[in-house]
Amino acid sequence: MSDSKAFRQEIRTWLEENCPESMRTKAKPEEQVWGGRNIQFPSEDARVWFERCVEKGYCVPDWPKEYGGAGFDQKQTRIFQQEMARLNCRPPQVNLGIWMAGPAILEFGTEEQKREHLPKIARGEIRWCQGYSEPGAGSDLAGLQCKAESDGDEYVINGSKIWTSYADHSDWIYCLVRTDSDAPKHNGITFLLFDMASEGVEAKPIELITGETHFCQTFFDNVRVPKKNALGEENKGWTVAKRVLEFERDMMSDMESTAVNSGQSPRSIGQKFLGDDEGRVTDEVFRQAIARHEVQRRGLEMSQQRMIDEYMQGVGDPRVAMIFKYVGTEEEKSKYELMVKMAGEYSLGWGEGYTENEIQMTKDWMGAKTHSIAGGTSEIQLNIIAKRALGLPEK
Amino acid sequence: MSLAFNEEQRSLKDTARDFANDNTPVEALRKLRDSQDEQGYSKEHWAQMVELGFGGVIFPEAYGGFDFGVKGLAGCMEEFGRTLTVSPLLSSVALSGSLILEAGNEAQKNQWLPAIAMGEKLVSVALEESSRHNPQGVALSAEKVADGYKLNGKKTLVMDGHVADLLLVVARTSEQAGEQDGISLFLVDPKAQGVEVQRTTLTDSRNYARVEFSDVIVAQDALLGEEGQGFAPLDKALDVARICLAAEMFGGIQEASERTVEYFKERKQFGVLIGTFQALQHRAAHMYTEVQVCKTILMDALNALESQDDNAPALISGAKAKISEVAELVSNEAVQLHGGIGVTDELDIGLFLKRARLSQILLGDERFHYDRYATLSGF
Ligand SMILES: Cc1cc2nc3c(=O)[nH]c(=O)nc-3n(C[C@H](O)[C@H](O)[C@H](O)COP(=O)(O)OP(=O)(O)OC[C@H]3O[C@@H](n4cnc5c(N)ncnc54)[C@H](O)[C@@H]3O)c2cc1C
Ligand SMILES: Cc1cc2nc3c(=O)[nH]c(=O)nc-3n(C[C@H](O)[C@H](O)[C@H](O)COP(=O)(O)OP(=O)(O)OC[C@H]3O[C@@H](n4cnc5c(N)ncnc54)[C@H](O)[C@@H]3O)c2cc1C
Repeated sequence: MSDSKAFRQEIRTWLEENCPESMRTKAKPEEQVWGGRNIQFPSEDARVWFERCVEKGYCVPDWPKEYGGAGFDQKQTRIFQQEMARLNCRPPQVNLGIWMAGPAILEFGTEEQKREHLPKIARGEIRWCQGYSEPGAGSDLAGLQCKAESDGDEYVINGSKIWTSYADHSDWIYCLVRTDSDAPKHNGITFLLFDMASEGVEAKPIELITGETHFCQTFFDNVRVPKKNALGEENKGWTVAKRVLEFERDMMSDMESTAVNSGQSPRSIGQKFLGDDEGRVTDEVFRQAIARHEVQRRGLEMSQQRMIDEYMQGVGDPRVAMIFKYVGTEEEKSKYELMVKMAGEYSLGWGEGYTENEIQMTKDWMGAKTHSIAGGTSEIQLNIIAKRALGLPEK
Repeated sequence: MSLAFNEEQRSLKDTARDFANDNTPVEALRKLRDSQDEQGYSKEHWAQMVELGFGGVIFPEAYGGFDFGVKGLAGCMEEFGRTLTVSPLLSSVALSGSLILEAGNEAQKNQWLPAIAMGEKLVSVALEESSRHNPQGVALSAEKVADGYKLNGKKTLVMDGHVADLLLVVARTSEQAGEQDGISLFLVDPKAQGVEVQRTTLTDSRNYARVEFSDVIVAQDALLGEEGQGFAPLDKALDVARICLAAEMFGGIQEASERTVEYFKERKQFGVLIGTFQALQHRAAHMYTEVQVCKTILMDALNALESQDDNAPALISGAKAKISEVAELVSNEAVQLHGGIGVTDELDIGLFLKRARLSQILLGDERFHYDRYATLSGF
């Protein structure tokens, strides 16, 4: 007990002394620090904050020290996150390497792969993207066709991926390829890591409804990749892929706190547009809806803590983890619908006549639509719950 | 504080589950209903429950309890909700007991709390006057007279009212209906002159009554707490009862949704188990997510109450609101997803539907509680 108290104090003091004031606010999209060869800092404070964290391993606090992390255990990591949240510290670096590629390499990688990739992620030197979906394989991911043919020590890759987030800004990709076309679809997939600067890789940006070019269609034309770049065994990539989908699901469950947004809430919008002098929302229907949103939101957030508490009490239930992506992203969508109804035109502005923050609200509303699709749609989440949590039969 | 029950709380909860499964399964409620039992609850089962200590869970040791906290009782309520157990636990212990504890003087507490805990006395709160829960709206008048008060007015939906040994009457001594000030609490003997108790039979087969007060004279020492200041302790006691009721509802929600999922794995149509139909899978999966969120919200509110956080009342309202909504969803889905058999009396699901709806309106539905949440949260 006193151990963790001392630990908390140590983290708190370090953050108070080292996190620049301007880094204690939510980042706007253009203020986020994505790692990578072309790493860019929107301000001197962002650079200082990033460098200080890298030195302590705080970009990946739960990774072992030898790979660039801080070596924190689960409890310490939780305390670290709580203290970061308490001061509202921005993440020093955002990167699919931190959320997905790194954890997968930690779990499935050879010692050589760990030494090669993990420190570069921890230090923000390499930015990763995810090559899963294809034009013909979305929810049915295992139906993917992008082909990797064997040629000596190398694979030769041909095909394309789609919805590859930030492929045009990324340095490396973890990519699912078909290495055996005759095997049942789950048994012919290999999980490959390769450099996006390889010859034959092309990423074409696609514009989102938010106006952002968030993702790309990515083409591979005779791209040569060393066989030792497979994570896990050849044709056994599906196991790794599923694990990464779990990481993604967990990450996306908490879009509310990780996503960059206008910082508005139904309560603040309700009070601004429909509040009286005392801050009471005068429209009863909206007042109720705001309350409902807040109760659901808290229920969702506290559920993470409940899961941990139940494990500590020896009554943990792994099924609970399956609800977060669905509940979180669906709740997020209804939250923005509620805000749009209350703010009217002030949350649907797109240019002239509207402030930056108002336009951000418009983008948030649309952005939320992508969250219940990316990383496994809501319908796929329900399928998973039906099958895994409820044990319902398949046809 | 943990959002999971600790070992002691789990052991008490297990005792409740075993008791309920062995003694008060859903058939027990059916029996009470079909035999038109005059008490409306089983004295024998209540005596056994008291023996096991459920009556004293939330009371301090000084008053015959074992000071185990509302969280401990809520775990038991959840189990009793799974079997639709009927007992005075909610009315006499959670609500009336809490009210005497909050508002009573030493003599009143000594006189009533041990008797409630031991099941020797059954006490009911007479609060509601209209179709909707509205504690501030109390209009029943208590007029100051020579050596006490004179009560006039009507109460309804008095839980266990027709079998109560004592009524805690929420009355107005000043101000207007709708105001918190001016509410006073009185201990009234249901056999006193001018008190007329009429049992009402509702769809959930639990005990309720209407009580009419015509020029009922009570002595000065019948006042519970201070004159005109009854709202604050009432609100606190109501919160204890609300969260216990929410816990009981949560037990019913779990049971009804689990039984539905089990049915999906038994019932065949079109040559296959109906659980293979995705339209049904998604409805069951959605219910599962809602049940999980309810569980967290319930535990969160219990923790806030236990640690006397400022936001406890708001979180309790949040819990009662959310659980009421999900109770409506799950009870309706459970009926629908059973098909024709779902609307028969033979299947227990209908009993869960009836209990769910009464519990939803009891002590405030989602409309009442989201409103209260908003007010308490400053918007
Ligand atoms: C913003 C964004 C970023 C993304 N980033 C990446 C990325 O970086 N890398 C990457 O690989 N992919 C990425 N994706 C792709 C994402 O994983 C897919 O869009 C998603 O898995 C759905 O596949 P799809 O678009 O082909 O839709 P489809 O699978 O064609 O689905 C169409 C509709 O049918 C429903 N449906 C499909 N199958 C079933 C079923 N079995 N039961 C019930 N309903 C079903 C779906 O729920 C959906 O509503 C991203 C997507 C978005 C929106
Ligand atoms: C009040 C009442 C009066 C009736 N009167 C008559 C009458 O006069 N004559 C008569 O012949 N019958 C009558 N019926 C029977 C009625 O037609 C059946 O109850 C109804 O068809 C449903 O069948 P089931 O009860 O076997 O439910 P099931 O078919 O077992 O259904 C159980 C659940 O599974 C769902 N389900 C089943 N198949 C699918 C599927 N393929 N996809 C998705 N969901 C599915 C259902 O919607 C339901 O929610 C009556 C029923 C009632 C309740």
